[in-house]
Amino acid sequence: MNSTVLINSLFIFMLAGFIGFEVIRRVSPLLHTPLMSLTNALDAIAVVGAIVLVGEHKSTFSAVLGTIAVVAATSNIVGGFFITDRMLKMFKASRPASKP
Amino acid sequence: MNEFASSQVAIEVIYLIASALFILSLKWMSSPTTARHGVWAGELGMLLAIGGTLLHGGIVDYKWIAIALVLGTIIGVPLGRVQMTAVPQRTALSHAFGALCVTLVGTAEFYLRSPNISRFMMSVLSMEVILGSLTFTGSLMAAGKLQEVLPQRPLTYRGQNLVNFLLLAVAVVIAVYLVLHPEARQLYPVMLAIALAFGVLLVIPIGGADMPTVISLLNAYAGLSAAAMGFVLNNKLLIVAGALDGSSGLILSVIMSKAMNRSFTNVLFGAFGQVQASAAAGQELKTVRGATPEEAAAILTAANKVVVVPGYGMAVAQAQHKVRELYDALSKRGVDVRFAIHPVAGRMPGHMNVLLAEADIPYDRLMDMDDINGDFPQTDVALVIGANDVTNPAARNDTSSPIYGMPILDVDKAHTVMVIKRGMSPGFAGIDNPLYYLDNTLMLFGDAKAFVGSIVRELTGTGGHG
Repeated sequence: MNSTVLINSLFIFMLAGFIGFEVIRRVSPLLHTPLMSLTNALDAIAVVGAIVLVGEHKSTFSAVLGTIAVVAATSNIVGGFFITDRMLKMFKASRPASKP
Repeated sequence: MNEFASSQVAIEVIYLIASALFILSLKWMSSPTTARHGVWAGELGMLLAIGGTLLHGGIVDYKWIAIALVLGTIIGVPLGRVQMTAVPQRTALSHAFGALCVTLVGTAEFYLRSPNISRFMMSVLSMEVILGSLTFTGSLMAAGKLQEVLPQRPLTYRGQNLVNFLLLAVAVVIAVYLVLHPEARQLYPVMLAIALAFGVLLVIPIGGADMPTVISLLNAYAGLSAAAMGFVLNNKLLIVAGALDGSSGLILSVIMSKAMNRSFTNVLFGAFGQVQASAAAGQELKTVRGATPEEAAAILTAANKVVVVPGYGMAVAQAQHKVRELYDALSKRGVDVRFAIHPVAGRMPGHMNVLLAEADIPYDRLMDMDDINGDFPQTDVALVIGANDVTNPAARNDTSSPIYGMPILDVDKAHTVMVIKRGMSPGFAGIDNPLYYLDNTLMLFGDAKAFVGSIVRELTGTGGHG
């Protein structure tokens, strides 16, 4: 890896860190649990690295580790999005109709 | 080669779109009205990213990818259907899975590339693997404690912090050696094993009440290890997602630590249980006033403003649906009922809000500690259900108390305080609560679910007569 690539990556990391900080600071404490399950699902984007590892099949060892990694990350993606949506569906505002 | 390059560009563009969708996804989480759009944006971004990755020119074998994706889905669906009370352990488990993925990919990359690994690459790879593996075992331990498969009490021994520190130091020294001599492959498993052991030892001394901070911290580690993996694979989408997850975990950790008036180092190296053991001693016998469900119902009916303070004990007693019935019955009589949520009520950040939302309590009735604390002096009745330490006035005025300085809900300032509690045993942290002996406090002894049920029967019964 040459230094330009490194500097580019560090730039992206820094900017994404600041964006994350600003965006997440605005999330209401009401939604902190769904926030955590959502970021968890998004973090499972690591699956793309594992998919390439399995697909390239450079060695049996790497393919086996990659396969387990894809399983672990996929379960986070599916379970994470699923439960986040389930939780968010429960958050309802009070309507005038609920207080007759 | 040209075709390979153009598919590479296409993948990069798709990753760019996915990154934007991920940021939007978190942005939309700022309000309950837009939050579900956030999930859809995240799902779309994820689908695009996985679809784009399958275009990767180097992929020769699709069979195992497909099998792994299907298997992961089969495991993921039940993990998405767990009970809301079990969400903390599910979250800890998913941190473990995420960290496992990162660690395995890092390990495979090391053995594929070594000894031709540049120093920078080996540095980030070590960071990825050390963070990943300690998050993996640490999260498994946290999940085990939350599921009560493992003892929830902090396990401590003499010299614990020294042992932990030395272990981490050895792992870092090995990592540095590997950076300088990446051909020393035999050292890699040693580093991995130490990091795995460190994760276990890190969480062993941490008690159940500290879980919100620990889960948040492990969340931050999981994010940072994924970002490190992005550096290793030169994958910008991964760097973005890891940075977002890392900052989220970090922010939540800071909020949780502040809510407990403790520093990170104190949570990780302090072993909360020890401090309290001595403080609980030396309490003289004091008198408390009790009340029956009938009396409690009468007081609640006469009130204009009621604030309910739920704690984890409410969830343990499965009382949230009875609490909703109480909310309905009082609202019908024109009583203004709100809920005061302490940041560490529950076993993870925001857990109590989810439990109350599940019981159909409107989210605009759920108030943050900072938003409601000023209202307690104008509150007729504060009803504490299954909460203890977060209502302890000693945190405000007793400098000798182990929780002195911790921000609390000022329930003692309400005209009347009613506390539903099984008995007079001290709370999770083992600290006596002076709130129970105040003149304006009534103790309602009993199981939270049964007691709230009795109050509701009183309210609806008398409603029928009059």
